[in-house]
Amino acid sequence: MAVIEQPDDKIESSLAAWWRHFRYVVSENPVTLFAFCLFGMFVFLAFFGPWIVPFDPLASDTSSALQPPSWKHWFGTDNLGRDVFSRVIVATRLDFMIAFSAVALSFVIGSVLGCLSGYYGGWTDRIVGRSVDTIMAFPLFVLAMGIVAALGNTVENIVYATAIINLPFYTRVARAEVNIRRQAGFVDAAKLAGNSDARLLTFHLYPNILPPMMVQVSLNLGWAILNAAGLSFIGLGVRPPSPEWGIMVAEGATFIVSGQWWLALFPGAALMLAVFCFNLLGDGLRDLIDPQRRT
Amino acid sequence: MNRFAMIGQRMTQAIPSIIGIIIVTFLLTRALPGDPAVYFAGPAADEQSIAEVRAALGLDKSLPEQFWLYLGDLVRGDLGVSISTGRPVIEELATRLPASLELTLVALIFAIGTALPLGILAATRPNTWIDHLCRVVVTAGVSLPVFFTGLFFVYIFYYIADLAPSPLGRIDIYFIAPDHVTGFFLIDSLIAGDFETFRAAFAQIILPAVSMGVFVLAPLARMTRASMLQALGSDYIRTAQASGLSRSKVLFAYAFRNALLPILTTLGMVFSFMLGANVLVEKVFAWPGIGSYAVNALIVSDFAAVQGFVLSMAILFVVINLAIDVLYTIVDPRIGMEG
Repeated sequence: MAVIEQPDDKIESSLAAWWRHFRYVVSENPVTLFAFCLFGMFVFLAFFGPWIVPFDPLASDTSSALQPPSWKHWFGTDNLGRDVFSRVIVATRLDFMIAFSAVALSFVIGSVLGCLSGYYGGWTDRIVGRSVDTIMAFPLFVLAMGIVAALGNTVENIVYATAIINLPFYTRVARAEVNIRRQAGFVDAAKLAGNSDARLLTFHLYPNILPPMMVQVSLNLGWAILNAAGLSFIGLGVRPPSPEWGIMVAEGATFIVSGQWWLALFPGAALMLAVFCFNLLGDGLRDLIDPQRRT
Repeated sequence: MNRFAMIGQRMTQAIPSIIGIIIVTFLLTRALPGDPAVYFAGPAADEQSIAEVRAALGLDKSLPEQFWLYLGDLVRGDLGVSISTGRPVIEELATRLPASLELTLVALIFAIGTALPLGILAATRPNTWIDHLCRVVVTAGVSLPVFFTGLFFVYIFYYIADLAPSPLGRIDIYFIAPDHVTGFFLIDSLIAGDFETFRAAFAQIILPAVSMGVFVLAPLARMTRASMLQALGSDYIRTAQASGLSRSKVLFAYAFRNALLPILTTLGMVFSFMLGANVLVEKVFAWPGIGSYAVNALIVSDFAAVQGFVLSMAILFVVINLAIDVLYTIVDPRIGMEG
């Protein structure tokens, strides 16, 4: 991170330095800027999607079923005459909500478990490490299927399943990062100053491991969206008629062989674009936070 | 320590994973919403038959006792009976496993056959068009949902170009499946010497295998490029080049063999992706493997089938990881040298 010159106004200067670094990275790599813009667009659609779409995403109109893309229906209409464009836009919110809540859950739980096992070592480390290894012993998507099947077929359980299969990555990063800093001078100093373990972990160690954790988040979000969409593609979680990219591709799949490509193409492309955006963003964030590992 | 001791040690390391897997699948069975006995007794069951099923399943006993019973069932290879087909789950899985394995292997061959040359070329010619191509493929490949790629292959090659047969199953309906030897249609038809059937089976498998392969191409190509770059930049390569060894000898005998180790390590992750992607691809192409079996079972809440599927996939994954570890021990030229 940037060097802080004046300690008296260090918040401003570190923010300013961060902003300078951000501008530098973005101007060096226009792809990252593009990814940030794309991300902004998706977030905008997730928030305001339902108000800006031209048609009601659930309203069916059988008289105009299965129409190819036109000026009226940009992405065509599906077998019930629903506007695919409106459905794709409105679906952004649900897909992002599943992915964000799953990643947030695994981020929080993974941080706590990883910090504890990295800091205390010994039995805590062994138990946490074994549990994480057990999760990783499964093919992860298959485990997610099993979890949803066991807990019940709802959207919440999709979130839990996605959170569980992402948990190992966060726990491992947090554990490794805490472990290498456990013996650092500033930790010893804080300990000697009379800080409790909890306080030390929360206010001294945790802020230091945030940057690598954030990189993990952005690299992971794309994967989380892909997983959630995959689960709903096979008929888990989201139920029709609610618009969601995975289930829309699944519904459109039956029409592919008869040539109605627009039903599956547009939700699939939206999904692809979102994953692509997160992957680019992850690479960009890594450059921003950790210039040494720049590819 | 010699190689055999190393291999033995790796094998013992797999035991805790297997124990963990069994505990997790057991817990998943018990986490069933509602009463498992009602589930297994079927929709038309009355109070008494539910109670009978409960006793038969051992659900009236304590958790540790139930776990013990579960272990006993597993040892006997009893994964329960599928409520949708009425057949033992283990039989169904066994008959469908070859289809999935064949698909996965063809996909893996495709992925390795494309990713390794691409990665090596990109590493030997950094910043040329092939390096850029590699980067594009890597970034696009991980962003493509595998079911989406599959569907569009169907649209392009079946509906528009009419090159591929209809995406239904392992072999066209006009052909008869070859005699069962290995369960792999491609191999069985060759054994039978029936090239027409081989062609039909190949035409059927190529689209699902490629759409699955594209998905795992990315991590493989990226890792190949990175580890080749690292190997090519090292001192022993400079020495080999200075000694006047031929370019291909330096590239393959020296650089590639060393670069192979990190690639092998990524294979574990690649398989984790593939076994998951299997489910999605099988659904798209109506491939009669264990993935589509599990999907159908999920839809009708056929719980024993899903559990059997998760368990067998996990065990398969452990075995694959073990094989990769053993391969690693064999490939790594440093192991066994110091002893």
